[in-house]
Amino acid sequence: MLQLLLEPFTLGFMRRALAGCLALSVAAPPLGVFLVLRRMSLMSDVLQHGVLPGIAIGAIFSGLSVWAMGLGGVAAGLLVALLAGWLARRTGGREDSQLAGMYLVALAAGVALISTQHSIDLTHLLFGNVLAVDRAALLGMAGVATVTLPVLALIWRPLVLESLDPGFMAATAGRGGLAHLVFLVLVVLCVVSGFVALGTLMAVGLMMLPAIAARHWSDSLAGQVRAAVALACLASVGGLELSFYRDIPAGPAIVLTAGGLWIISLLAGRRARLWQRAMTDA
Amino acid sequence: MTAVPAVTLHNVELRHGARVIVSGLSGTFAPGSLTALVGANGSGKTTLLRALAGLHPLAAGRIDRGGLRPRDIALLAQGSHLDRAFPITCEEVVALGGSRLGPFRAVDAKRWAAARAALDRVGLAGMEHRQIQALSAGQFQRVLFARTIVQEASLILLDEPFTAVDAATTCLLLSVIRDWHAQGRTVIAVLHDLELVRRHFPRTLSLTDATGTWDVLPDRALQAA
Repeated sequence: MLQLLLEPFTLGFMRRALAGCLALSVAAPPLGVFLVLRRMSLMSDVLQHGVLPGIAIGAIFSGLSVWAMGLGGVAAGLLVALLAGWLARRTGGREDSQLAGMYLVALAAGVALISTQHSIDLTHLLFGNVLAVDRAALLGMAGVATVTLPVLALIWRPLVLESLDPGFMAATAGRGGLAHLVFLVLVVLCVVSGFVALGTLMAVGLMMLPAIAARHWSDSLAGQVRAAVALACLASVGGLELSFYRDIPAGPAIVLTAGGLWIISLLAGRRARLWQRAMTDA
Repeated sequence: MTAVPAVTLHNVELRHGARVIVSGLSGTFAPGSLTALVGANGSGKTTLLRALAGLHPLAAGRIDRGGLRPRDIALLAQGSHLDRAFPITCEEVVALGGSRLGPFRAVDAKRWAAARAALDRVGLAGMEHRQIQALSAGQFQRVLFARTIVQEASLILLDEPFTAVDAATTCLLLSVIRDWHAQGRTVIAVLHDLELVRRHFPRTLSLTDATGTWDVLPDRALQAA
């Protein structure tokens, strides 16, 4: 059994994918916890679609250099994040229809751009390809994780205050906007860094699903962050096994595993269990 | 707390979009005064409070705050804007309300002690580690008062502090307001209950018309308006 579990990781590319996904599993879920708490889950969807045109343009100009695609993705992601923030202010927080519109257009533009290039495999770009996790991609994932954690620690307090009580933040400190902006940059970085292994459409899964599931394991913010990281690591390992043995692209395999953990959390988590709620409702 | 200056309004005009809600409002909140701000819904009480805090632009006129900095001013907005589902304890909400820590400094023992003392003052001793989502509306308002206590502000602005709060809690929170008054802080509170205003607030500013009326309460009950 153990042999079976370890066997995929005797291969170099699987080890690289595992190291990258674990790095991302430590960095991305804490951001996801904040996205969930701030009711910005839809924003993550918008970003993952939003980065696609940028990645496509990077690929067209560089011929599949991970750095160029990453740079294009980050630029497009930041543009989309700023645009969404502007929309949110214009519409007084009721921007969900505009956000939905934006991500449809971004996805279509990305797919259209990529299909002009016959050398690029759309499936790999959208859903990930562990075989493509080379040294550059691994460095990207590890580098982003290394930057994300300390920066998140730095903006933790204003971010908590801004999520809890934006009015109070504005009245006393007035710099909640900066923390929010830095936070969005981190989200974009994490989404983009995961695209090689997980695919642009699945990269957010490792950020959001563990964060959603973590709410069933802890009452405290720190507890939710720890639970989300643990769940993401489990999903990464389990997903890569699934990908290896069932020949499923890594992105969907990891997201499906994370989804399974979410369902387990829903049923067996320490709080807000489905059946508990059903009991109190009855 | 820094020295408490007078806060003076000079011909203040406030607008909501194109609509003028207050105009030509002048007067002084003396240092250490305790004033109730009354008026019908939509008369501009909350907007005036926000303008005093520097959060709403003046269409005309000016407010002289006597050199008060933003951190010398505490605004307790109506609690509905706060995310009650956020996973955070009473103690943490209060501790985060104190003067700014910056990104590096940890919350030290002194700050935790101040937070606990403030929670104790509002009758929440023993509930320090309770999550805010588990609190009743009254308990939650007490937490917000505790946070206002640790802000150690010279000018304290309260927007309908007794809404959705029972009689016992109102009584307790009033005693906190009296503490602030006794300490020489300037307190301005938006209130609807005229009986309560008559009994506990030495000064009033009524926004029944755009220019405002000082120290004369309207006769009719304002809740009906």
